[in-house]
Amino acid sequence: MWKFILRRLLVMIPQLFLLSIIVFMMAKAMPGDALSGQEINPRANPAELDRIREELGLNDPWYQQYLRWASNAVQGDFGISYTHKTPVMDVIEDRLWNTVFLALVTLIFTYMLAIPLGILSGRYNDTWVDKTVTGYSYVGFGTPIFIFALIMLFIFGFALDWFPSGGSVDSKVDEGTFAYVVSKINHLILPALSTALIATTSTIQYLRNEIIDNKIKDFVRTARSKGVPESKVYSRHILRNSFLPIAAFLGYEITGLIGGAVIIETIFSYPGLGQLFLSSVSLRDFSVVTAIVMMTGFATLLGTLLSDIILSAVDPRIRIE
Amino acid sequence: MEMKVETGKNIQVKDVSPSGMKIIWQEIKKDKLAMGSLIILVAILVFVYGASFFMDAKEIAKVDFLSIYLEPSSDYWLGTDYGGRDVFGQLIIGTRNSFTISLFITLFTAIIGLTLGLLSGYFGGATDNVIMRIIDFVIALPQMMFIIVVVTIVPVFNVYVFIMIMTLFLWTGKARLIRSKALSERELDYIHASKTLGTPHWKIILFQLLPNVSSLIIVNFILNLAGNIGLESSLTFLGFGLPESTPSLGTLISYARNPDVLENKWWIWVPASLMILVLMLSINFVGQALKRAADARQRRG
Repeated sequence: MWKFILRRLLVMIPQLFLLSIIVFMMAKAMPGDALSGQEINPRANPAELDRIREELGLNDPWYQQYLRWASNAVQGDFGISYTHKTPVMDVIEDRLWNTVFLALVTLIFTYMLAIPLGILSGRYNDTWVDKTVTGYSYVGFGTPIFIFALIMLFIFGFALDWFPSGGSVDSKVDEGTFAYVVSKINHLILPALSTALIATTSTIQYLRNEIIDNKIKDFVRTARSKGVPESKVYSRHILRNSFLPIAAFLGYEITGLIGGAVIIETIFSYPGLGQLFLSSVSLRDFSVVTAIVMMTGFATLLGTLLSDIILSAVDPRIRIE
Repeated sequence: MEMKVETGKNIQVKDVSPSGMKIIWQEIKKDKLAMGSLIILVAILVFVYGASFFMDAKEIAKVDFLSIYLEPSSDYWLGTDYGGRDVFGQLIIGTRNSFTISLFITLFTAIIGLTLGLLSGYFGGATDNVIMRIIDFVIALPQMMFIIVVVTIVPVFNVYVFIMIMTLFLWTGKARLIRSKALSERELDYIHASKTLGTPHWKIILFQLLPNVSSLIIVNFILNLAGNIGLESSLTFLGFGLPESTPSLGTLISYARNPDVLENKWWIWVPASLMILVLMLSINFVGQALKRAADARQRRG
């Protein structure tokens, strides 16, 4: 087990290196730098612009810039945001927490919905309950999240006006008060629920199939023949075995949520990393873009690592190779 | 769409057993949902491609400031947008563009995924190791962010470049799926027998391995097609997909990022949203039915 984890960690080092190189190259290849907007400004002195470029190190060869960038990045220093005029980490920090909160609440909603539905569907397979749940998960599988989120926003944010239609907190309440927390949660519900209702699909289907597969296995028949009551057959025998793979997908689930943040945050104008990413791309604030891509890339690599480790702990066959 | 399924089927009839495709077709006919989806899908596509043939894309893209945000009327069946452009016309052209482009992306990812997946699975060893490491890496990347960044970077951006960028990031899942299937197939007796007889590798791969993974490929192709329509329109919605000269369904929906349009001007974004939903769901239902039919354990009767 430890050997597997160690080997898996070692694989991550070249991956991280490759990721950082790709991200850096992409940032360098972006059209223009933070100063090119000034070039059309008639009052800006070209010589002055060149001097600033030289000072920022924008004229050095790429590998020098990369080494400088990478060694700073390891220490959490991604440079200065050219549009916000503050260190990139300061710009990102608040947004990062917003995204983490959103992802957490989404994850909780997803499992709260998916686990009971998956169990019902698997336990009573081929009944109307199962057909309804399976129907829902088919529809969920085929629905792109941005359309579903727009519809949710239209219905609950505008037409019914039950939830705020944007932002992460009401601007009128003070930080640290109870009303602040309530407002924060209130802003989270709609985006989290929209994502969760679509994200349940794979968990429901997987759990259902696991339960149906396990139901006819010998250990279940043995338990039944020993006279174990039906509810215990499920809670002690079937569900325990069916939950293991679900737990292992937790990491992939997180990876998916981080990727989906761009869309959901744009639609609900939720000030998280995804929204910051899009606005920074448009503003060509490439130090912020690189930092965000690097961080999400790192997070997704970690998510995959987490899943691989849980999977190998659950299923020893994976470790053999 | 219909054409694609049909050609895929014909190949399989020749290569596998004559009854294989018949069983699958009967399975679909029995599945009312899948059959209904197939009919709706074909109807939409025939209408869209037919109608777009008679439409002048340039005329539709022309800005007319005298007819901004008109409600649906007999002149403009689905009203007009902020530039006074006919929404119905944009919907038809957009559907055609979205579908065609997603079809090409799916086709190209299928070719790359199939080639690398088969090679990786059949040869195993070092080949497999190298290909799998690349796949593991690309799959772990936050795809959407990378696509957005690459779209902003490329010096020339048009439809063809967009298709290439999407293909670059999307072939991995398919390659991994086909590789794992090929990996288990190559341990079976028929492959061993052919190897012993001295059949060259390329012949084994093309004429023995490929037909045996073909049902998997077809099902995966159809499900991916639906997924790619969603992904393409999501990216266009965010403003990083199809270039403005090529309106897509996502372009129409992106107008809803303006709260006023979202709240008060439903005719701009609702039809395009419904179109994407109907397309994706019906393609998915057909794909799911094929998946069940291709897997003997899940057949309904």
